[in-house]
Amino acid sequence: MAETGVIPEGEGDPNRRDFIHIAAGAAAVGAGAMIAWPLINQMNPAADTLALASIEFDLTKVQEGQQVVIKWQGKPVFVRYRTPAELQKVITEGAVGSPPQTDAERTKSGHEKYLVVVGSCTHLGCVPTFGAGDYGGWFCPCHGSHYDASGRIRKGPAPLNLVVPDYEYTSDTRVKIG
Amino acid sequence: MSEHESTYVPKTGVEKWLDTRLPIIRFGADYMSLPTPRNLNYWWTFGGILALCLMTQIVTGIVLAMHYTPNVDLAFASVERIMRDVNGGWLIRYVHANGASMFFIAVYLHMLRGLYYGSYKTPREMIWIIGCVIFFLMIATAFLGYVLPWGQMSFWGAEVITNLIGAVPLVGEPILIWLRGGPAIDNATLNRFFSLHYLLPFAILGCVVLHLWALHSAGQNNPVGILIPKDRAKKDTLPFHPYFTVKDGFAIILFLILFAVFVFYQPNALGHADNYIPANPLQTPAHIVPEWYMLPFYAILRAVPDKFGGVVAMFSAIGVLFVLPWLDTSKVRSMRYRPTMRTFFFIFLVVGVGLGWCGGQLPDAPVIPGMASFVLFDGEVNSYLWLTRLFTLYYFVFFLVILPFVGLKETPLPIPATISEPVLTGGDAVPAAAPASPEKKG
Amino acid sequence: MSFGKMSVSMSRLVASAVAALGLMTAAPALAEGGAAHPRSGGFSFDGPFGVYDQGQLQRGYKVYHEVCAACHSMNLMHYRNLGDRHGPFWNPKYPNPNDNPVVKALAKEIQVPDIDSETGEPIQRDATPADKFRAPYPNATAAAAGNGGAAPPDLSVMAKARHGGADYIYSLLSGYRTPPAGLQIRPGQHYNPYMQGDLTPFWTGDPDHVPEGGFIAMPPPLQNGQVTYDDGSPQTVDQYAKDVAAFIAWTSEPKMVERKQAGFGVIIFLLIFAGLTYASYRRIWKGVAH
Repeated sequence: MAETGVIPEGEGDPNRRDFIHIAAGAAAVGAGAMIAWPLINQMNPAADTLALASIEFDLTKVQEGQQVVIKWQGKPVFVRYRTPAELQKVITEGAVGSPPQTDAERTKSGHEKYLVVVGSCTHLGCVPTFGAGDYGGWFCPCHGSHYDASGRIRKGPAPLNLVVPDYEYTSDTRVKIG
Repeated sequence: MSEHESTYVPKTGVEKWLDTRLPIIRFGADYMSLPTPRNLNYWWTFGGILALCLMTQIVTGIVLAMHYTPNVDLAFASVERIMRDVNGGWLIRYVHANGASMFFIAVYLHMLRGLYYGSYKTPREMIWIIGCVIFFLMIATAFLGYVLPWGQMSFWGAEVITNLIGAVPLVGEPILIWLRGGPAIDNATLNRFFSLHYLLPFAILGCVVLHLWALHSAGQNNPVGILIPKDRAKKDTLPFHPYFTVKDGFAIILFLILFAVFVFYQPNALGHADNYIPANPLQTPAHIVPEWYMLPFYAILRAVPDKFGGVVAMFSAIGVLFVLPWLDTSKVRSMRYRPTMRTFFFIFLVVGVGLGWCGGQLPDAPVIPGMASFVLFDGEVNSYLWLTRLFTLYYFVFFLVILPFVGLKETPLPIPATISEPVLTGGDAVPAAAPASPEKKG
Repeated sequence: MSFGKMSVSMSRLVASAVAALGLMTAAPALAEGGAAHPRSGGFSFDGPFGVYDQGQLQRGYKVYHEVCAACHSMNLMHYRNLGDRHGPFWNPKYPNPNDNPVVKALAKEIQVPDIDSETGEPIQRDATPADKFRAPYPNATAAAAGNGGAAPPDLSVMAKARHGGADYIYSLLSGYRTPPAGLQIRPGQHYNPYMQGDLTPFWTGDPDHVPEGGFIAMPPPLQNGQVTYDDGSPQTVDQYAKDVAAFIAWTSEPKMVERKQAGFGVIIFLLIFAGLTYASYRRIWKGVAH
């Protein structure tokens, strides 16, 4: 086969001829996009994952100066009952961390002694160790980030403070997270 | 593609650089300009349709595997979770489930095309044999996949089909236990079936590459069935693109319309209601039937009163296809010029459909209700058992007796010397009966 | 090769293939036992454009909740599903069904078993939208033991798990009748003409006229006036059966409306695509003998 001419032998107005081929080609591209979307979208969180329940927690289970780790949406949540000394320290430090925040911005008024944060280091997601580090809060063993007792990043590679999840007090001693 | 001279000329520097290192653009360009017999009809579009089916099944299958859980306690619910909670999961699962049926519709038509036009004859035996391997792998893959939703039909289908292996004398029982990973179909079985169901499509894909390689080495057959002499190539062929890409494309879209009607409006019509009942190893459904595409072979299995004999008959029904190129003694490829054989072919078609029909019936049920009958050996003559036996007999006689003998005895119609002649003159006027083998491939 | 010329053998083959397909899909239906053919419930979701009737789904949920749920589980359903699009309590104001106040209120009324996260003890608590429908029995063995050995089947996908779908459920629930004289009823069994089965061994009458239907362990579950409707719909067995059948059809196939709507668009698109490709094909092949 010497000739590879793929030019149609048809006669007629070349513009109209091209239009039909372009329209058919465009429809094929459209079909491809229509097929691609469900295949991509299926990897987004499914309805049951999005519907994961909120959890309630009884704060009387936490001893002063201690924390309790609970699992919420597959992640650890720290509930910490801070000592008066720790509380005094984080309040007097004012707005620090990244972004700079006061302790009041990270707790609910009237319940300042309890801190609720998501226990994932904002650097690469490890779980910081309680009561370690230079600032008396948490120390992340993976890459050496130091958090204070308000969960604010003070030193190390982590870019942000520990995240405070959405939560509310359903009574004086119960919180509902999520 | 050995005979097809490459006409690709790299234009840019990058193309030239790539061409000496990995001539992949040349490969694609040569493929697109492949000389293709100009008289190919719509029966030749099923190759492209099947490629689409395979890709559809692989892509949707990979996606489904992201959500499916191969565990006896969770499999059923995980499939329903795909149908309910996964974004667009119902669509992907229905495409995959109906895609299996569509795949088999297309493959049966593709095989019948090959049978009718003698596409398995010299020099194309390897294309046919690889095709038979693909068909066998498809059946295996479809069977394994049907087990995964872990419904009643999944479980009892797996039970019945694995038990076939137990019919083999002496080694059957140990092999059966090895295959199931225990004394019964259970979690171990489901896990390995999932693994193999994921694996086999890629084996099919590999065979498809060989199938195409063999096809482009031997050249495509065509409805007239003659080989194209080298000096006729220009007149008798057209480049694959755009002539056959657009034709295949049009056929694929028509096929997709049928596919879409099933997926969106009758998604469960080709399945069985019992498979929406979670598997229960303590209770068999009242009436077990395999998926429709297995029914002809299932019918042959049941036609034989002996357990092992049935298994042998069923595998022989597939096995006989492998030696088909040597069973057909005729030098003429296309049945268009073999009127006697053509009649037997259409009877074979009816018998094949009839076997499928019988496979879905209870063997003892009467074919014609109320008609007087008598008992022959082990069953009423007026029963699906005996109708199935009649059809099974024809199935094997067709391949083992009719094909060899008709080829020797028949007088074929005159065959045109070139494929252009009937195209250009509008008639099969040339009286030269050209046999297939002495020609050189073109 | 012209279109007309090839169409002779092609149409023959296509006809055979279509016939074969048709026969095979019909095969399991024909192979059923001697049950009566289900009556049509005249459902709003029949046909290619049918959609669920929200009022009917709400009534159906009420019937399920007040009657069926005493024995039958629906393990694939969660309370949040009730607020899904095209579901009984869908409200466009709450695209996330977990926020839907009706759904929240319905869930709150129900106590579900759980494990206390602090003590590890089994407890009962208010359900949330994320919870599964409460199952009447803790496991299949308990379900069977509480029902004379026959565990009531899960109803989540019942409309897909029976030939005839919603029509069958409607017919079965409203189809109980006095057994024909001459039929020996086994203890704990009830006659229903729509139930699968073979009554020949229990029939003492004319052997050529064995009654259709079979035995079912479930006693007639519905009585007139049993469930109170507040939308003025008739409080009859027939209406209850229809409504709960519609509800089960929805739980079996909650994405049916999306499916039909998507299908309509896809098929229109494919028809246009086919037309364009055919025009392109004709142009490319114009003047080319083949």
